[in-house]
Amino acid sequence: MRQFSQLLDGLVYTRSRNGKLALIAAYMRAAPDPDRGWALAALTGNLDLKAVKASAIGEMIRARTDPVLFEMSRDYVGDLAETVALLWPRPGNEPTELDDGSLSLSGVIDRLHNVSRAAAPDALAQMMDHLDASGRFALLKLATGGLRVGISARLAKTGFAQAFDLDVDDVEQVWHALAPPYTALFDWAEGRSARPDPEGTPYFRPFMLAHPLEADSVDLADYAAEWKWDGIRIQIVGTGPKHGNETRLYSRAGDDITGSFPEIAQAFTGHAVLDGELLVKGEFQGAKEHGGAAASFNALQQRLGRKAVSAKMMNDYPAFVRLYDLLIEGDDDLRALPWTQRRARLEAYMAQLSPDRFDLSAVIDAPDFAALADIRAGARDAAIEGVMLKHRDSPYVAGRKAALWYKWKRDPLTADCVMMYAQRGHGKRSSFYSDYTFGCWTKDGELLPVGKAYSGFTDEELKWLDRFVRGNTVNRFGPVREVEKTLVLEVAFDSIHDSKRHKSGLAMRFPRIARIRKDKPAAEADTVEGLKRLVS
Amino acid sequence: MAHWIEPHPTGIYVRPADAWIDPSQPQERALVTHGHADHARGGHGHVWATRETLAIMALRYGTASGTAVSYGEEIRLGGVTIRYVPAGHVLGSAQIILDHAGERVVVTGDYKRRPDPTCLPFEPVPCDIFVTEATFGLPVFRHPDTGSEMDRLLHALHANPDRCVLVGAYALGKAQRVICELRARGHHDPIYIHGALERMCALYQDFGVDMGKLRGATGVPAKDMRGAIVLAPPSALNDRWSRRLPDPIAAMASGWMRVRQRARQRNVELPLVISDHADWDELTDTIREVAPSETWITHGREEALLHWCMTHQYRARALALVGREDEEEG
Repeated sequence: MRQFSQLLDGLVYTRSRNGKLALIAAYMRAAPDPDRGWALAALTGNLDLKAVKASAIGEMIRARTDPVLFEMSRDYVGDLAETVALLWPRPGNEPTELDDGSLSLSGVIDRLHNVSRAAAPDALAQMMDHLDASGRFALLKLATGGLRVGISARLAKTGFAQAFDLDVDDVEQVWHALAPPYTALFDWAEGRSARPDPEGTPYFRPFMLAHPLEADSVDLADYAAEWKWDGIRIQIVGTGPKHGNETRLYSRAGDDITGSFPEIAQAFTGHAVLDGELLVKGEFQGAKEHGGAAASFNALQQRLGRKAVSAKMMNDYPAFVRLYDLLIEGDDDLRALPWTQRRARLEAYMAQLSPDRFDLSAVIDAPDFAALADIRAGARDAAIEGVMLKHRDSPYVAGRKAALWYKWKRDPLTADCVMMYAQRGHGKRSSFYSDYTFGCWTKDGELLPVGKAYSGFTDEELKWLDRFVRGNTVNRFGPVREVEKTLVLEVAFDSIHDSKRHKSGLAMRFPRIARIRKDKPAAEADTVEGLKRLVS
Repeated sequence: MAHWIEPHPTGIYVRPADAWIDPSQPQERALVTHGHADHARGGHGHVWATRETLAIMALRYGTASGTAVSYGEEIRLGGVTIRYVPAGHVLGSAQIILDHAGERVVVTGDYKRRPDPTCLPFEPVPCDIFVTEATFGLPVFRHPDTGSEMDRLLHALHANPDRCVLVGAYALGKAQRVICELRARGHHDPIYIHGALERMCALYQDFGVDMGKLRGATGVPAKDMRGAIVLAPPSALNDRWSRRLPDPIAAMASGWMRVRQRARQRNVELPLVISDHADWDELTDTIREVAPSETWITHGREEALLHWCMTHQYRARALALVGREDEEEG
């Protein structure tokens, strides 16, 4: 248990992605079987232990400590599992607490799998006595589900792949053919057996991505144009009736997000792999450019990152997928075919899909590039990020390949805002004040925050901004500094929406610092009213 | 009971001696437990403190006027017999023992019960009124064995030969203790220190605390500090000062590091639970040991300790002294 609890501690305290990957990789190489397989299951969210409820943990600790002291402690610490892990009384008043090494991760999981709900608190308490504070924390997190150590399933798999010099996409392909503790996976990774066969399992295929368009134009005889919708890229993988009708939804990073959008998964019963944009239905946005109507990214955001979704959520923010591409149909892998042929297959495929949940991303009808530029310039709808240009002969290949696909984002909007607060960044920028909250003026001459940005500037500009913050601090709130309201920042953003979250009633999409306007007096910055006129 | 001693928000007033203990405002006569800024202030008329504490105050405030009191020595002020007894907190730290009218009051200042190579250990003194701190007065605060924390520090150092470990440690007490603990575990490489620690380390050395080879970190090329331990005050951890270091692993030595979120808030990668204050078990064990008729709690998580006293048949009250507890300390 000690190796696993130290891994969790390391993941909690390590900020950088590479640092986390190195920790996971080192653990996967060093830990014994089947512990490491169970750890991989826990880290990827594939461990389902339902024996222990949070309320049972509360009862367990109240029986062992003064309930008043427990409540005071929980108020201070915040997290239930951590509070209990820290104040768990030492058995028999031993002088120091230690993990006595008697519990293995697999032993713990075995016990939690087989215990009844009634007997679970006692079993848990017995195990707690053999662990140190880190071990108790790990145990409680395992028992209640959800480690919450700030890593995604994809990151855990990438760490595993790194441990054994594998390609993470190869790991993804076999993943769904396997179950915890993934003995076959480790056997393959360490060369003891052949690669497990993923046939018939709904595994993730790497996405094809686009380069930003840098040339002044392309020939529309070679490239087809589609709208770039502002949702999230999604891959739908269905095994069809032959393999149990299983459907999975994957994000661009390869994370399984089926649980967040059950209505989409249920509506799909085909044996195919499709690429599309997940959107939420809206009132009118995109209606002019496209038959279907999508709401802004803000609406979609309400649905992201949820493990389970209520009926109300699904009703208030109904999701659908606008399809871009067909990778595999039945047993036919179409990825090597040119785009025009895949597009034709996709258009034919649409007939069998429910129009309530799926529509087709339209091809923009433009006679030449200049006409396309005009159409793009006229599109200010919230659900549109720009235009995609796809070579008509392009196969579907993983990652970004030159000259095949381009994204041509629309020109950003800009506003002159006043810096109000600054916060230190993370990682490379951890000692710089690099996150800025900025505001615009109300009619009453008050500054209201309208957004926050932490990119767009050069390293030189960052140094200058950092010095400005340090030299103009008027107040400190923990890590945040309030600054003199004198510096105007020209902020670029893709779009702006109504939002209840902010006092100004506005939320920007992709705000970044375009220029530092040392020349401009703060009083001449833009107004909240002015920004509201840009709301799409 | 003990109507001759009065708690005020700005300190504890000893009426017959017309003197204040650790006053937060300038007073004519001040009895000072130890040199931390929330206990020792400048501007008093006359100070009674240990020789070490007077030296620390002279370094920090340039104050000169004071009477050095040796541990165990008895002094008399206005009919009160006063003794300074080791508190085990930092160099020169003392509990102040006051005897008057057949009653004994012990004011701990800050204290701990664990061994510390830089100062004398806490001596429990049975008393009628026990005036205690409660910085870590919650049962979640149970400091682990110092040795295991030092092992984690050395392990991180040896596992990352191309980086350095930057340890945030309070300039008075914690920094010197960490250095001595490292030396005791056989780490004899030069240790680099932030400019803000230099004078205090020199003072400790003047009092005979051997810290081995120390070097100022300022002006040293980054590559020379690879594989080395660098000590700095906690405020320098995420500051631009640390940009000069070779890919530092941010560590912090503090009792607050016991709680994950506290460590994460400070971007600490290697939290070291090393404290100069008593943890929950030390606080409660000490109250049991000195068995006072009444316990006064000066500062910290006083609510929880008050509750513990009540439920264990000890009379207790919280004093709510102002200006105590520096976030950086602990």
